[in-house]
Amino acid sequence: MKGFLLIVGRDLRLALRQSADAWLAVLFFVLTGALFPFGIGPDASLLKVIAPGIIWVVALLAVLLSLERLFLADYEDGSLEQLLLSPLPLELAILGKVLAHWLTTGLPLIAAAPVLAVLFNMDMAGLGTLLLAMLLGTPVLSLIGAIGAALTLGARRGGVLIPLLVLPLYIPALIFGVGATDSALAGLSARPDLLLLGAVLLVMLVVTPLAGAAALRQALE
Amino acid sequence: MALFEARDLDCRRGGRDVFAGLSFSLAAGGALLLTGANGTGKSSLLRLMAGLLQPVGGAILWDDESIAEEPAAHAGRLHYLGHLEAVKPVLSAAENLRFWAALRGHSADIGAALEHFSLAALAEVPGRLLSAGQRRRLALARLLASPAELWLLDEPSVGLDHASVGKLAEAIAQHRAGGGRVVVATHTALDLPDAQPLALDDLPPPPLPELIW
Repeated sequence: MKGFLLIVGRDLRLALRQSADAWLAVLFFVLTGALFPFGIGPDASLLKVIAPGIIWVVALLAVLLSLERLFLADYEDGSLEQLLLSPLPLELAILGKVLAHWLTTGLPLIAAAPVLAVLFNMDMAGLGTLLLAMLLGTPVLSLIGAIGAALTLGARRGGVLIPLLVLPLYIPALIFGVGATDSALAGLSARPDLLLLGAVLLVMLVVTPLAGAAALRQALE
Repeated sequence: MALFEARDLDCRRGGRDVFAGLSFSLAAGGALLLTGANGTGKSSLLRLMAGLLQPVGGAILWDDESIAEEPAAHAGRLHYLGHLEAVKPVLSAAENLRFWAALRGHSADIGAALEHFSLAALAEVPGRLLSAGQRRRLALARLLASPAELWLLDEPSVGLDHASVGKLAEAIAQHRAGGGRVVVATHTALDLPDAQPLALDDLPPPPLPELIW
């Protein structure tokens, strides 16, 4: 457990010292979201309806943008082989890195989501559900993304491959995340969607460390 | 006393045989000096010893148990120093060193390790401002910041000045005096009293079988 916290602490410190990366995802999120009204037109009732979907898709793309640096820097400077040879199980090290990634990417997106919700004139009755769904969903984005980032290590221009691998796997989280918010806006219970989203999160908490560790060992061969 | 040994090791990288039929044994306090031209498999052998690579034939044993059986236990008893220094540019030298020592459960004192490689004055300097030789010394300081029975050093003296090479030899001698073992691949002269030489030039792989179409 101590080793796990050490990894989280180190990655948070690294992220804070080079905070441009973290800001990039949030700014991308807000700016890209703000483009939609220009493209679609100022129809307030239409924007109101599509707001949850757009916020989710844009959040997903913002996370995608930050995935490449998840393992690449450690791979290039040799930290990854030292991590593999440390007494800490590689699976735990991966979970630590993913947690740090979520804290520096997913959490700021959740904090910025109300800004977009206001921009789209979303019904504020759904805001709580939107944020709750993002709280369950953005860790899923980090977890699935970590597998993609680990698999593409060592491949030339691997960063370009990550979206191809990861985007299809994001679809369930997207469906349940938007579904929860839409249900709440329609006055229905968001519970089934949130439970499914939670189930996806639990599954990925198990799958990511195992698959990621196998991929990283392969990359270091 | 536990023996670190390899029996009839075959190594293949990227579909090409690097060496075949390699055996060695290393007792406590011993040193193994790997020599050979570029591309004869010195780095591959060190990665095999660390468990980063798996041999296609033969086995590496610690106390008669294959290291592949207990990779975590093996990782816990070794220090591997490859071509990359694992120094983070935005962390200070001390922060870099402290992290790796703490990860191995030794958060107590990194001062002595920094001092040995004359890095005490650079402790608060961020990694990106260190020169190549200083980064190398910081990587070497990891060896002293947390104890390990087996040191695997791949070209440890690259980029080091004369004084630092001496400090490295001193650290290795102390390590061996305490019963530690060391495997070094190097092209430069490094003072290793009664090290067993292992020349990889002498172990060419068997010729490729003729292709039959």
